[in-house]
Amino acid sequence: MIEIKDIHKSFGDNEVLKGISGKFKPGITNLIIGGSGSGKTTLLKCMIGLHHPEQGNVTYDDRDFTQLNTEERIEIRKEIGMLFQGSALFDSMTVEENIMFPLNMFTDQSRSEKLDRVNFCLERVNLEGKNKLFPAELSGGMKKRVGIARAIAMNPKYLFCDEPNSGLDPKTSIVIDELIKEITEEYNTTTVVVTHDMNSVMGIGDYIMFLHEGKKFWEGSNKEIAKTDIQELNDFVFASRFMKAAKDKF
Amino acid sequence: MNFTNFGRYILLLKAAFKRPEKMKIYMKAIFQQMDFIGVGSLGLISIISTFIGAVMTLQIAFQLVSDFIPKTIIGSVNRDSSILELSPTISAIVLAGKIGSAISSEIGTMRVTEQIDALEIMGINAPGYLILPKIIAGITMVPVLVIISMVLSITGGYLGGTLSGAVSPAEYIQGITTDFNPFTISVALVKAFVFGFIITSVPAYEGFYVKGGALEVAQASTRAVVVSCISILACDYIVTQLML
Repeated sequence: MIEIKDIHKSFGDNEVLKGISGKFKPGITNLIIGGSGSGKTTLLKCMIGLHHPEQGNVTYDDRDFTQLNTEERIEIRKEIGMLFQGSALFDSMTVEENIMFPLNMFTDQSRSEKLDRVNFCLERVNLEGKNKLFPAELSGGMKKRVGIARAIAMNPKYLFCDEPNSGLDPKTSIVIDELIKEITEEYNTTTVVVTHDMNSVMGIGDYIMFLHEGKKFWEGSNKEIAKTDIQELNDFVFASRFMKAAKDKF
Repeated sequence: MNFTNFGRYILLLKAAFKRPEKMKIYMKAIFQQMDFIGVGSLGLISIISTFIGAVMTLQIAFQLVSDFIPKTIIGSVNRDSSILELSPTISAIVLAGKIGSAISSEIGTMRVTEQIDALEIMGINAPGYLILPKIIAGITMVPVLVIISMVLSITGGYLGGTLSGAVSPAEYIQGITTDFNPFTISVALVKAFVFGFIITSVPAYEGFYVKGGALEVAQASTRAVVVSCISILACDYIVTQLML
């Protein structure tokens, strides 16, 4: 489980996060949602240590990440898998080399063992046989799936996804969402997904934290979200005509 | 480079020189960088050095027109100038343009496309993995290139001088072998070592802290080359002052 307590983060005079707390449990898909500039990506970066919060704690299974030194943080980071918004694949490496990279760095497995793991991960994301392609030869959806394959290569305890559906067509978005949910449930991973995709919210949001102007405004599940009467949340979730019509049918 | 930047540069180098996670991976990266910096620059350095040596011989011959000055002096002036100044400094400035811009744009692009964040999230020391192999390759291959440059510059001088008739082959060879001080080679190699460090570490710093997109990566590349060239010239003066 990941627990955040009273996270504050500012950039100059701009206070982006104003004391956010919450718990992200394993085995369920935890979503952080909110409009542009609400602080969701900043919160995610504070959780994984790419930003340093001025105040507050991030705890990974009772290990306070914010109080650890660099070496101790590295040990936790080896348990983290991350899917970046732009996939962040190493463009000088093939798909196989990308997925094998963390295995090369942190394991003493033989090449055949590593190759087996790569093939298993590729199979898991439905990209069998794409080992020798370079990122430039992949579509946006394929890059995301390779990103997921790389993220799960080390069997992570914690999986973070930053806008996994951005720039993807609705059908591919659903494939990615389902893949994240399956992996979470199958490996009992603590998964945190930052998104503003309403299909993801309604489809895989077991736990949803809604941020608005740097504060936690609401938390609950996708089943509860349609029943809430909080104006800011309704304005965000049901902004589109389609979602409005869907809500009326609930 | 103001004091804040210099402080960040030192901190980045400190992070880069931490113990590697896996030596085998680093060794592979070092050899790749040695190939890129050394073998990849060999053609350019060879052409530049040969022509500079040839032109220098012609200029020395043109300027030293006197019956009191033996023509053998053309060879010895060419030798000392090539070894002490032209081969290390000109090679370094050319390499700062070729290698420095490549290093800066490679690391800068990795920064803006979140590849460096991905390395850090995996628990990998990104400065170590990205910068250390480049620095090691730089401080080993630039001296090798400078030695080759010295040889080709002196050879270029021979070709330029003899083909133009400015100096006879015997006079030129007598000139380059008379009063040779091997210490000049040591000075040149110290310079090459320092320049190799600058050529790789300064562009790596500029690329590592890029924020923004393609425009900022391009600006960082330009800044990397400019700062590297100025640093090379400043260090050239300091090393010369200290050693000669």
